[in-house]
Amino acid sequence: MGNLFARFGTGLGALIVGLVAAWLVSMVLAPNLMMLDFSLRPNLMPAQIGGLDDHYTLANFAALAGDPVHRVIFLKTIWASALVMVTTLAVTYPIAYWMAKVASPRAAALAVMALIIPFWINEVLRTLAWYILLAFGGPLNAALLWLGIIDQPVRWFGDFGVLAGMVYAYILFMLFPIYNSISTLDTVQIEAARNLGASTPRIHWRIVIPHAKAGIATGCVFTFMLAAGSYVAPALLGAPGSRWFTEIIYNWFFEGGNWNRGAAYALVLLTLYMLVVLATLKLFRVNLADVAK
Amino acid sequence: MSHSVDLMDVEMAFGGVHAVRRLSAHVEGGEFFSILGPSGCGKTTILRLIAGFINPTAGRVLIGGKDMAGIGADRRPTSMIFQSLALFPLMSVWENIAFGLEVRRMPKADRRRRAEELLELIALPGYGDRMVHELSGGQKQRVAIARALAVEPQVLLLDEPLSALDLKLRQHMRAELRALQKRTGVTFIYITHDQSEALAMSDRVAVMSAGVLQQIATPRELYSSPATPFVAKFVGETNEFAGKVSRTVDGIAVVDGPHGSFAGRAGDEVVVGGTAAVYVRPEAVTVSREARPDSLEARADRIEFEGAVAMLHATSREGQPLLAAIPNQLLSRAPAAGETVWLSFVPDEALVLAHG
Ligand SMILES: Nc1ncnc2c1ncn2[C@@H]1O[C@H](COP(=O)(O)OP(=O)(O)OP(=O)(O)O)[C@@H](O)[C@H]1O
Ligand SMILES: [Mg+2]
Repeated sequence: MGNLFARFGTGLGALIVGLVAAWLVSMVLAPNLMMLDFSLRPNLMPAQIGGLDDHYTLANFAALAGDPVHRVIFLKTIWASALVMVTTLAVTYPIAYWMAKVASPRAAALAVMALIIPFWINEVLRTLAWYILLAFGGPLNAALLWLGIIDQPVRWFGDFGVLAGMVYAYILFMLFPIYNSISTLDTVQIEAARNLGASTPRIHWRIVIPHAKAGIATGCVFTFMLAAGSYVAPALLGAPGSRWFTEIIYNWFFEGGNWNRGAAYALVLLTLYMLVVLATLKLFRVNLADVAK
Repeated sequence: MSHSVDLMDVEMAFGGVHAVRRLSAHVEGGEFFSILGPSGCGKTTILRLIAGFINPTAGRVLIGGKDMAGIGADRRPTSMIFQSLALFPLMSVWENIAFGLEVRRMPKADRRRRAEELLELIALPGYGDRMVHELSGGQKQRVAIARALAVEPQVLLLDEPLSALDLKLRQHMRAELRALQKRTGVTFIYITHDQSEALAMSDRVAVMSAGVLQQIATPRELYSSPATPFVAKFVGETNEFAGKVSRTVDGIAVVDGPHGSFAGRAGDEVVVGGTAAVYVRPEAVTVSREARPDSLEARADRIEFEGAVAMLHATSREGQPLLAAIPNQLLSRAPAAGETVWLSFVPDEALVLAHG
């Protein structure tokens, strides 16, 4: 902060601090406090608002705990998001390592282009592309049938479709932090380990991954949060059996017309995010400042 | 006895860049062998070829008589000490030292014990639990050496390991390295661009220039009988008088040039009529204040005191810089700056080398 004033002078410095504070209060703090307020009130008819029944209650939260279907969907969203995170990490890490340490600069640049260009397209359309690919009569089934790998078209929609669509949608959020952190590893470190007899898995386990852990943690946090908060992929690629918690929240707000219940559900999801972020950081023994880099 | 190393017609090209050109060398088991050459001449490339990080474009690398083609860097009996040391910053000192043993699946307690022994050897007992960044430059150096020795290599490859140290520490580490090599009997291949380091420590020295091997010889031979003009100029100080060979008699060649005629022992490829130069070391030059036959007139520029000797810098009438060593006991009678002096040497102490 003192740094800021030193650099921009008191007037401009105060303006910047003021703007940031205003933004934080109006865009982050206020809506969340409103959500909290909503979530703690019962859902009432307009005529009842301000009446006897309008008092704070935990009923909306209790409703989530008491509804077995919603509870299952909530828990499933957690573990499925974790699965998306782990799968994305498994797919991304080799690509990131290859780009940072193996590929020529030209090949790495081409790979980045190839990965980024699809992201110029809107997320809904991108997911729709997967919808077409994975359709029952779609090209994936056709290709697998033709190759003789399957002899019946497979129903990809559902858990698999959601997983594939999300891994694809969030791969860049995992790739760039990991790629960045691996790039800063001096290649001589890898050679030194190999020179001492280390196998490739051990080099990754002992040298590359410890070095890149802040990037890996960042990518994992991003991917988990995006997956848990995702709406498009489960809506398009899911099946009735693979509903996502965000869909339930959406329903409370826009179909059930029960904003109070929706706000409570959303807050539970938000709390979960925070827990996961903190747990991941703890697990990787990195702090928020490392992630912000 | 440790393994020998053979390079047979080895060539290395990176795209269009020839880092090493057709080079053969034999390093005895247990030898302290240095590679000396200016920056960018391909020294590190040779070590990387031996360690197996890169494969030669042509030729073969043998360690202990065994062809290393197809044997990866992790399975060669070599250990490398990198120019940048490449210690693992996220591991403690003892984990660094024991990394090679961890790779070989030695139990943790044994690893720890071995690491302590090596810390003893490098005179850093009790430093095992420190992190690498808590060490001084010289201590890091020693940890890198211990890490490389922990795996009991047959051949230790050292890439300018002392270049980051200050002069005092460098001299101390030189002596330690040499003693370590004698004690362990491991074959050392030591890279440096510092000639005094190479001459002081090595059994034999290979001199390289621009990817070409110039000469392999003992330090004394290298200094007294350089094989090429490059070696004569690169190793130690020298005076050079270029010209044409007018005659050779009994192994003595006479070179006629702008400074007049000078004679010296003829090198291998000297032929009458060919271009060549006479090379003479400053300590072989006699300085006189009176004109003498067969001597070269010059103007004294300055005297630089170097401890054991003083170096007279002079300029010939033709404008060529000249060097002559003046022993300490004669320093009181040394010429003053601006004085005219006559320099001479005997043919036996000069060398004539053909210019390629
Ligand atoms: N991976 C590479 N790709 C392309 N050129 C390379 C590569 N490695 C080395 N070279 C080139 O090969 C030549 C020799 O390099 P090398 O590193 O062996 O020099 P060196 O003798 O160790 O120099 P220094 O004393 O500065 O360390 C240089 O011209 C260098 O640019
Ligand atoms: Mg080098």
